[in-house]
Amino acid sequence: MSLLPWCIYLSLAGAILSLVSGRHSAAAARWIALATAAGAWGLTLAAATRFVPGPGMQTLVDLPWIPTMGVRYHLAADGISLTLLVLTGLVATSGVLFSWNIGERTGEFFALFLALVAGVYGVFLSDDALLLFVFYEVAIVPKYFLIAIWGSTRREYAAMKLALYSFAGSALVLAGLLWVYAAGGAHSFGFAEMARAAALLPRGDQIAVFALVFFGFATLAGIFPLHTWAPTGHVAAPTAASMLLAGVVMKLGAYGCLRVALPLSPVGFAFWQTPIAWLALVGIVYAGLVALTRQDLKFVVGYSSVSHMGFVLLGIAAANPRAVSGAVLQMFSHGVVAGLLFAVVGRMVYDRTHTRMLADLRTLPLNRLLPFAAAVFVIAGMASMGLPGFSGFPAELSILVGAWTVSPAWVAVAAVGVVVAAAFTLRAIRLGFFGTSEGQCPAVPPPHGGPTPHMDPITLPEKAGALLLVGATVVIGLNPDLLLDWINPALQSPLFQSVLKGGAP
Amino acid sequence: MSGIPVLSLLVFAPWAGALLLVLLPNLGQRACRALTLVFSLSTLGLGLAAAGSFDRADTGYQFVETHRWIASLNVNYHLGLDGLSLILVLLTGLLAPAGLLASQRGDRDPGHFGMLFLLLQGAALGVFLALDFFHWFIFWELSLLPAYFLIKCWGGPGAARAAFQFVIYTMGGSAFLLLGFVAIFAATGTLDFVQLAHLGASGELGARLSALGGFWPEAVFLGVFLGFAVKVPLYPFHTWLPAAYAEAPTGVSMFLTGILSKMGVYGFLRILWPLFPGQLHAAALPLLWLALGGVVLGAFAAMKQTDLKRMVAYSSVNHLGYCLLALFAVSAATGRLGSPGASDAAALSGTLLQIFNHGISAAALFFCVGILEERSGGRRGLGDFGGVRTVAPVFAGLCGLAMFSSLGLPGLNGFVGEFLIFRGVWGLVPWAAAIACLGLLATALFLMTFWQRVFHGPRAGAAAGPFADIRGLDLAVLIPLAALMIVLGVLPQILTGLFNPLITSWAGHLPLP
Repeated sequence: MSLLPWCIYLSLAGAILSLVSGRHSAAAARWIALATAAGAWGLTLAAATRFVPGPGMQTLVDLPWIPTMGVRYHLAADGISLTLLVLTGLVATSGVLFSWNIGERTGEFFALFLALVAGVYGVFLSDDALLLFVFYEVAIVPKYFLIAIWGSTRREYAAMKLALYSFAGSALVLAGLLWVYAAGGAHSFGFAEMARAAALLPRGDQIAVFALVFFGFATLAGIFPLHTWAPTGHVAAPTAASMLLAGVVMKLGAYGCLRVALPLSPVGFAFWQTPIAWLALVGIVYAGLVALTRQDLKFVVGYSSVSHMGFVLLGIAAANPRAVSGAVLQMFSHGVVAGLLFAVVGRMVYDRTHTRMLADLRTLPLNRLLPFAAAVFVIAGMASMGLPGFSGFPAELSILVGAWTVSPAWVAVAAVGVVVAAAFTLRAIRLGFFGTSEGQCPAVPPPHGGPTPHMDPITLPEKAGALLLVGATVVIGLNPDLLLDWINPALQSPLFQSVLKGGAP
Repeated sequence: MSGIPVLSLLVFAPWAGALLLVLLPNLGQRACRALTLVFSLSTLGLGLAAAGSFDRADTGYQFVETHRWIASLNVNYHLGLDGLSLILVLLTGLLAPAGLLASQRGDRDPGHFGMLFLLLQGAALGVFLALDFFHWFIFWELSLLPAYFLIKCWGGPGAARAAFQFVIYTMGGSAFLLLGFVAIFAATGTLDFVQLAHLGASGELGARLSALGGFWPEAVFLGVFLGFAVKVPLYPFHTWLPAAYAEAPTGVSMFLTGILSKMGVYGFLRILWPLFPGQLHAAALPLLWLALGGVVLGAFAAMKQTDLKRMVAYSSVNHLGYCLLALFAVSAATGRLGSPGASDAAALSGTLLQIFNHGISAAALFFCVGILEERSGGRRGLGDFGGVRTVAPVFAGLCGLAMFSSLGLPGLNGFVGEFLIFRGVWGLVPWAAAIACLGLLATALFLMTFWQRVFHGPRAGAAAGPFADIRGLDLAVLIPLAALMIVLGVLPQILTGLFNPLITSWAGHLPLP
């Protein structure tokens, strides 16, 4: 466990190393990035084997940082952070594998990528609201450059939009935190101390403070109607960055909502609970319907992320242990599945066909040209639809069961979202990969007449990355207890119990 | 047999075959086919072995396997076998290899075909054997994907659309089913069918669901009902069926009609009825009309078809209608004073027999249409043939047998099931039985039309040229099916012996609404 902070330092060191070595050799930068990402992931897994689940955060490092304000460099982890740390390591490692073909300014690319990863690790490990905020800001800058330099469709616009939304969201968070600190007379930015201070505020102020902090974080989680940065940003980003953005960075927002906003003010939450749930539900259905109409396959996946994050927010809004544990499981599941979908669309398909338009893709027999990509997309699609046997199913089941005890109407609306998700996923599979296959099975030689476009075969790094992610979604789908056994005890901490209703799931 | 997880083997043997086919992509075509067939036959072997050591007097679940699976969701790995599951397993064991044999020739890419087919087979077996909703739903949903690709990639010209429609309809139904079980789990904290059936029988389930609001038991019932009604399909949810069955390749159509549609019937018998006896009773009257709609309108729709495959597809709507008619009649009459237990038992035995018999005869009919299609270069219209009997007498004889079995000629298997259903329904809801007779009449009409136009008269259409009689592999498919039609027609006790005690116990403990 005590080695966990080294995820952050290792990633930062790897960032510097690949920046330096990238000046001489792109290959060296790649290998350094892979070693770093895999090493950090290994650290999280090693910590996981020794992890004893329990309520409350287990302190790893605790040093004074700004003594006058009571800010501490306090890193700690519980089952929820550990789940997301493992996810970050997994997505980062496969992200490096899917970026193996980056040839332009390779060293800088991986340096920014790893800096982003370091920031993400930092957020998940922070046990101090201000420290969390600092890491959160650290993660925004590399995102901007990754998209602006290596991106595709309207990259400057997308990068700017994403950065502005992120900064606006974090400004709200900061305002809320400072308000509590100043008005409540807090002595530090520790979560418990902040909650104590917030409780001293009048009810109206608590409601306002909660709204600032929650919606500030929720912006990054893609809550409707503040979600519009997400599809644009995901589409414009290079593959590995899309994977990280959708897979992990959106989780930062949801994590902030859960870790910081929720316990901050149970009073504020009680006021906002119903509006949040309905915004989440609108997001689930609306983003799903938009995904059903998009022509750009990457936009389909981008909107599907917004729809799936709606489930996370719904679980948080339901605020009982079962729904929240489902929400954390859904964060993991969506991280893996979104990573997989973006990898197939952005790397395996787009880098070979140079188009993502369904109208173009349907004229290509992709199921025969790239059978591996087609198979992975079908599996990822099944996981994304929430089919049983994949990680999304136990997650959505827990969320829906938990939400049911609060309001059956929520569940009824969310179920519409499930059907819409099946429809847009099948549409993407059908048009994107099997557009020409009417009456043809997967491996027949192409029909005579007209040369078949040549496609480079799927490379080994791509296969390795895809198998890692597929393995993760199936293992968690068949045995969600692996993660739920970490998550559930964490929800028993006094801080969460102050806001979560209902006993252990 | 104790100690050997027979049921796990049953479910996973086909999947092991599928995995093997994935791992050996360079296998030759013949080797692929042989491998697929061997793994597909495993079901028949294991099913017969299970039937051999099956305790017929025991009405509970046998060969039960229970393991803790997901503690935080109270989910168990729970498999069990009773008379109902046993006949479905045997039917799968019979029809899956038959469907594969029917696809031996002319199909491209046997590796992928075999892999998907085995996946489908394993999923169907899982549905018939799993007794925990989480466990069961995995198989229920996973059966869709292989079916989708089998129809889409190997089907006829309209297959892509038909496959898409099939999956979207079924998924739509499943979403409501899932929703229903979310509510059930939230109310009871368990997903185990056996426990839920106890709660359902005592009325506890309805009471707990109504704690949230008076209409929730009905709403949840409706959700679960929709999931099964689409799958069977019950009229008017059947609109996906003719296209899907007609566009699918022959072997897959055989499996779809024989096994996949039974998954829905199984759901009605295993899940909906035991969990919601009161709600089913309350809804029985409209449901009886829907079942009658399937029986009568399905038969009349079949009569209007000129495409033989669509005709056989509509006849499935009709035949499955009988199964549900019997169940709804039993439920409608439950609790009526002096309700004759003999009628209940007859109707329920008839349902189970019909499940098996329809599987055999419909699969055989699809296969015969497939042969006609193959011999004529893809034509299968009612007017495309004539006088086939003179050129292919063996084929005509076997196909005729399947038709007569399908229309319920005494002495053949179809008669026994339908007779028992009618016998039971007459005693329970006489008017429904009377109306259902229209379906019998129409079935006889369209099958006789099929028989006369295709097999009699002067040689015409595709049969005017060279038209080979069947032999070899085709016989290997049809002969066992035909033999069973005769044997089960004369000695239905071979089957009824497997489930009679179960039926007696069902009829004796009809849950009071």
